[in-house]
Amino acid sequence: MSNIPGGVGASPPKLEADEKVLGRATYIADMYRSNMLHGAILSSPHAHARILSYDTSAALALTGVKAIVTGDDFDHNYMGPFIKDEAAIAKDKVRYIGEPVAAVAAITEDIAREALRLIEVEYEDLPAILSMDEAVADGAAVIHEDLNSYVKIYDAVCHGNVMSETKLEEGNVDTAWDQCDLIVENIYETQAQSHLPIETCGALAEVDGKGRVELWSANQSVFRVQANVCETLGLPMSKLRCLTPSVGGGFGNKMEAHVQPMVVKLAMITDRPVKLILNREEDLEMIRARHPSRIRCKTGVLNDGTFIAREVEILMDGGAFADDSPGVLGHSLLCSRGPYRIPNIRSQGKVMYTNHLRFAAFRGFGNPQINFATESQIDEIAAKLDIDPIDIRLKNAMDTGDPWFGGQIVESNGLKECIAKAREASDWTNSADNNRSLGIAVCGHISGLLGTGAIVRLLEDGTVALNTGATDIGQGSDTVLSQMCAEVLQVPLDTISLASPDTDGSPYNWGTTASRVTYTTGRAVVGAAKDVETQIKQSASEMFECSADDLELLPGGKVGVIGVPGKELSFFDVSGFTHWRKGGPIVGSHSLVYDTATVDPKRANVTGLPFGQIGVYAFNAMIVETEVDDRTGRIDVIRAWSATDVGKAINPGLVEGQLEGGFAQGLGFALVEEMIWDSGRLANPNLMDYKIPGSLDVPYEINTIIVEHPEPDGPFGAKGVGEIGLVAVPASIANAVYSAAGIRLRKLPMTSERAFNALRERAEDHAA
Amino acid sequence: MSNKQPLSFTVNGDVAETLISGGETLLTVLRDHLHLTGTKRGCNQGVCGACTVIVDGKPVRSCLSMAALSEGSEVATVEGLSENNVPSNIQQAFADNGAVQCGFCTAGVLVTVTAFLAENADPTTEDVRHALSGNLCRCSGYKKIIDAVMAAVMTQAAEASA
Repeated sequence: MSNIPGGVGASPPKLEADEKVLGRATYIADMYRSNMLHGAILSSPHAHARILSYDTSAALALTGVKAIVTGDDFDHNYMGPFIKDEAAIAKDKVRYIGEPVAAVAAITEDIAREALRLIEVEYEDLPAILSMDEAVADGAAVIHEDLNSYVKIYDAVCHGNVMSETKLEEGNVDTAWDQCDLIVENIYETQAQSHLPIETCGALAEVDGKGRVELWSANQSVFRVQANVCETLGLPMSKLRCLTPSVGGGFGNKMEAHVQPMVVKLAMITDRPVKLILNREEDLEMIRARHPSRIRCKTGVLNDGTFIAREVEILMDGGAFADDSPGVLGHSLLCSRGPYRIPNIRSQGKVMYTNHLRFAAFRGFGNPQINFATESQIDEIAAKLDIDPIDIRLKNAMDTGDPWFGGQIVESNGLKECIAKAREASDWTNSADNNRSLGIAVCGHISGLLGTGAIVRLLEDGTVALNTGATDIGQGSDTVLSQMCAEVLQVPLDTISLASPDTDGSPYNWGTTASRVTYTTGRAVVGAAKDVETQIKQSASEMFECSADDLELLPGGKVGVIGVPGKELSFFDVSGFTHWRKGGPIVGSHSLVYDTATVDPKRANVTGLPFGQIGVYAFNAMIVETEVDDRTGRIDVIRAWSATDVGKAINPGLVEGQLEGGFAQGLGFALVEEMIWDSGRLANPNLMDYKIPGSLDVPYEINTIIVEHPEPDGPFGAKGVGEIGLVAVPASIANAVYSAAGIRLRKLPMTSERAFNALRERAEDHAA
Repeated sequence: MSNKQPLSFTVNGDVAETLISGGETLLTVLRDHLHLTGTKRGCNQGVCGACTVIVDGKPVRSCLSMAALSEGSEVATVEGLSENNVPSNIQQAFADNGAVQCGFCTAGVLVTVTAFLAENADPTTEDVRHALSGNLCRCSGYKKIIDAVMAAVMTQAAEASA
């Protein structure tokens, strides 16, 4: 434990905790500007149609309406993190019900919404593609006719309505089946889940007197906002400044663009501030969700439980635009071996364009889907072999230094300790007691990806300013990054100021995604703080006329000569020296891009993987106690044990918060949440019909167990924990349900109705 | 705008006067007229609880409450739970126990809990789970919120016996 107040390993309250409990934190909807206009969006009533014409004259004639934009106001400029296929607003065609078709700015929101009803759009209906099977059927309508000419940032395999195709292979699956004593093959299906942060998406844009745009929005990356708006509007990045207020949750929903490009366009046309906040229905229908998937999984083993071979085929509904889909599919395939040794494996998948809203990044990034399939199947194998589910996992689990699927060596691997601790804490037994039983599932999950920077400055009085560009969406990264900075510089946490992300002044940060801020941005913070430490020692060595090697930082913002008590300078003294006499103000910085290769070409044969360097791995073992009501099919989760190797818990309280919150969101995914479409129209676009877990649905007893196997290149050994706590929840519940009631549910969500039907079928089978 | 009518009520101890249209909700008046933005709009359908405020001592979904019905009422919002920006025991317990993540549901939860503890000084965790059942949180898993409420109960009990 640190001897610095609020240092690494301590759990100080979040930096903004007081502001939030007092109701003083400002979110996008809380921002007002004088002379501000309000925006509203007309959305498509068609799943797939050509836009023939617009008539906005009646709407423009309405008193108080200041501007209307449609696809005609935008050039053919496209955005997208992997395939650039999406305009700021529907252009030429609409591709899902809910897609923005026109946007209005008016003096009040009521007038803006009234204007929407006066806009006439003439469409030519096209056949709607409402399932993955329809997407690849012979003669299917093509959703993106220009797919081949779109800019792609990777070597994409795509054709027709197939957006991206990826394959990973190790060993020789085709010959390996002969070695197996048992082969199990099943189909598993998962549904669309809405991110549903309690804050909906919104933005506020204004143009300053010099013609430069300032854009505030609910986001997970001001730099992705900047890139998306500039790409779709044809603006140079230097003409757009992006900032962030407090963000009311994201989970992936706010990583890429939502309404920002349209709001900027309205502000530029009207030359007035424009604010647009989506209502709940719009947010559910218009933005993004977790990919529905259908997964065929086949695993072959020896009688002693040794895994020999696996074949996986993943089909994902990608929706109308690519967004993060190629990455989600790639990561799902990368996780298809799980944290096990399986010498022969071939995993391939396709993500298809359909006329649903875009499916995209959502906590877990494809891992929850494949984990449900593979971890369920491992229990099915264990049952057939009469091996304990934990024993079969331990027998095949990766050890430290073993490669992940693809070949990347995993240096930090606490999986077996996670399993052992969860087993012990839960008093594990694999037998049912009155329809109650335990179930287990495990996972590994990445943290890492892409570029990031940090700047640490020593202010004139010796206090410290940290600037990273990382958006804290509630998980607590502002606090964690500040704790790391405090620890390196040996200063109390409350002497550090943290800058809010601002594309004008913050170093680049790809975003709050991929469980990456603690790990990736943390590395940048540690590097920048160490740069400051070096400069402090350099200046102090000149002041003391000694070698910098003879100096050390002392707690409380001091630098002293090693072994000479009392021979020390405060940061105040050093900073004064550099500001006024020699060296200049101390500014430390560090930049990096995650650069360890995911694929070892000597080991794995890979095509269509959209990323080459993904990250390091955290591990989780999830045990749940579940009760199944055999009369109604109702499934209740009574208790849970979530043991996670986090490398190093920089702030254990915040780690618990991530694991508990991930568990609750995983519980919703497993048991109740499902977006349902009726002929292309979302049938449950509100919180009455789309249920998320409430306080009575989530067990109070979520026991989080922190395991620390330091990551060699992680900041203080830390790895990310934002996503991992969700991943194994569905399979752990499915496995507990099987153990408790003898029914194997292979389709999410595991509703009472599905469980009831399975119980009835089982009873009929027994009777027959 | 001749169809507007005057509304006068008390918010956090101060008199508030504004002109409202017929269909406006208390939430709209608080946020858009008075710029008391601590109270949040999560679903605008009375489900998520983020907009909960206290009206004449009772927790109310301000997104479902017609503003006109607040005439003469005493309304308390999250901004009124503290004094001079010093957090109440409950607010402090939320900050200290990690019960706040994104913070968007927090105002409604705090208001609900404040009203609940005013009626129930010695609840069990099970009582608290039930009291929170109308407030959705997407970040926390509720555990730390419940722990924070129980910590606040302890603090209040200690203060009462001191």
